[in-house]
Amino acid sequence: MHEMGIAQQIIDIAAASIPAEMTGARVERVNLKIGRLSAVVPESLRFCFGIVSQDTPLAGAELAIEETPILARCKDCDTRWTIDEPVFTCTSCGGGRLEILSGRELDIVSIEVAEREP
Amino acid sequence: MTQEIKVVRRVLAVNERMAEQNRRRFAEQGVFVLNVMSSPGSGKTTTLQKTIERLMPATRTAVIVGDVATTHDADRLAVTGAPVVQVNTDAFGGDCHLAAHVIEKAADDLDLDAVDLLIVENVGNLVCPAEFDIGEDARVVVLSVTEGEDKPVKYPTMFRLCDAALLNKIDLLPHLDYDKAKAIGYIRQVHPGMPIFELSARTGEGLGPWVDWLRARVEAKLNA
Ligand SMILES: Nc1nc2c(ncn2[C@@H]2O[C@H](COP(=O)(O)OP(=O)(O)OP(=O)(O)O)[C@@H](O)[C@H]2O)c(=O)[nH]1
Ligand SMILES: [Mg+2]
Ligand SMILES: [Zn+2]
Repeated sequence: MHEMGIAQQIIDIAAASIPAEMTGARVERVNLKIGRLSAVVPESLRFCFGIVSQDTPLAGAELAIEETPILARCKDCDTRWTIDEPVFTCTSCGGGRLEILSGRELDIVSIEVAEREP
Repeated sequence: MTQEIKVVRRVLAVNERMAEQNRRRFAEQGVFVLNVMSSPGSGKTTTLQKTIERLMPATRTAVIVGDVATTHDADRLAVTGAPVVQVNTDAFGGDCHLAAHVIEKAADDLDLDAVDLLIVENVGNLVCPAEFDIGEDARVVVLSVTEGEDKPVKYPTMFRLCDAALLNKIDLLPHLDYDKAKAIGYIRQVHPGMPIFELSARTGEGLGPWVDWLRARVEAKLNA
């Protein structure tokens, strides 16, 4: 369950991204991009995040996960397509020399921070 | 009032930086690093024992082995005469993969100037290790004929990431109704062109082509 470690990294990066002037701020939402070819299961990640984020400025924050599709380009005929099934051969020439354009993302895009109610 | 703050960072940036640092260090010290991954029990340790026996002493080999709790694998590998560093993954807060900083620490316990090939036996797991670069030069996945034929399509990330697949325990084929052609078809579908070595770590059958492939990769780096 490496999702635990990944949740911890998300918290570290997000907490360090809260501007200094927003003291006492609470992170309401973390916007993530996770590729379908990454080795992360969103449900496990949410579960782990809920545990690891306790007693941090991210406690209770929502993980908004955009799952990005696997986009491939054939190095032989330049066809571009989206891979939905685990078949990594070119849909037009049948070749197997692919460039994976996207789908391996595991990125924090932004955080949404709220000032604590006075 | 809510404010959106742009971050745009790779979540695993810390590991990726450490992996690059490892990679530079291994290049400077002239060490080829192989990351070996598989499900639990596919035969990583047995295959590596036999592989190291064939490589040593010409290729000076050392091993880092990740094991959740025991030293059994380290003991078995040490029989080959290769220096072995055992990493107990529990101590690093996760027991499903080896991260780059763990490899950095473990490598400090080895005399890398006297090593040509550093083999890392990763923790038995087909998911997590795929996400953690350790600074290796090549990755191989071991699967055995006692597992489902469809492992490659269930774990495409791992099979795409690897540079070769070892199909182990072929000595058991006569006793199983394993559809080897189907398994190989699935590997080719997920990673066309990836070399596949059919072998038995137990009998030694098929080990030659795999060891030759590895030796060629090591020599190509060391002579570069
Ligand atoms: N019949 C047969 N058995 C094998 C072969 N290779 C390994 N085994 C057996 O399979 C079992 C697991 O082998 P290991 O080499 O320990 O597998 P591993 O991948 O290192 O296992 P973990 O480190 O626990 O994930 C042992 O009982 C081995 O003796 C083989 O080629 N044929
Ligand atoms: Mg083992
Ligand atoms: Zn094509």
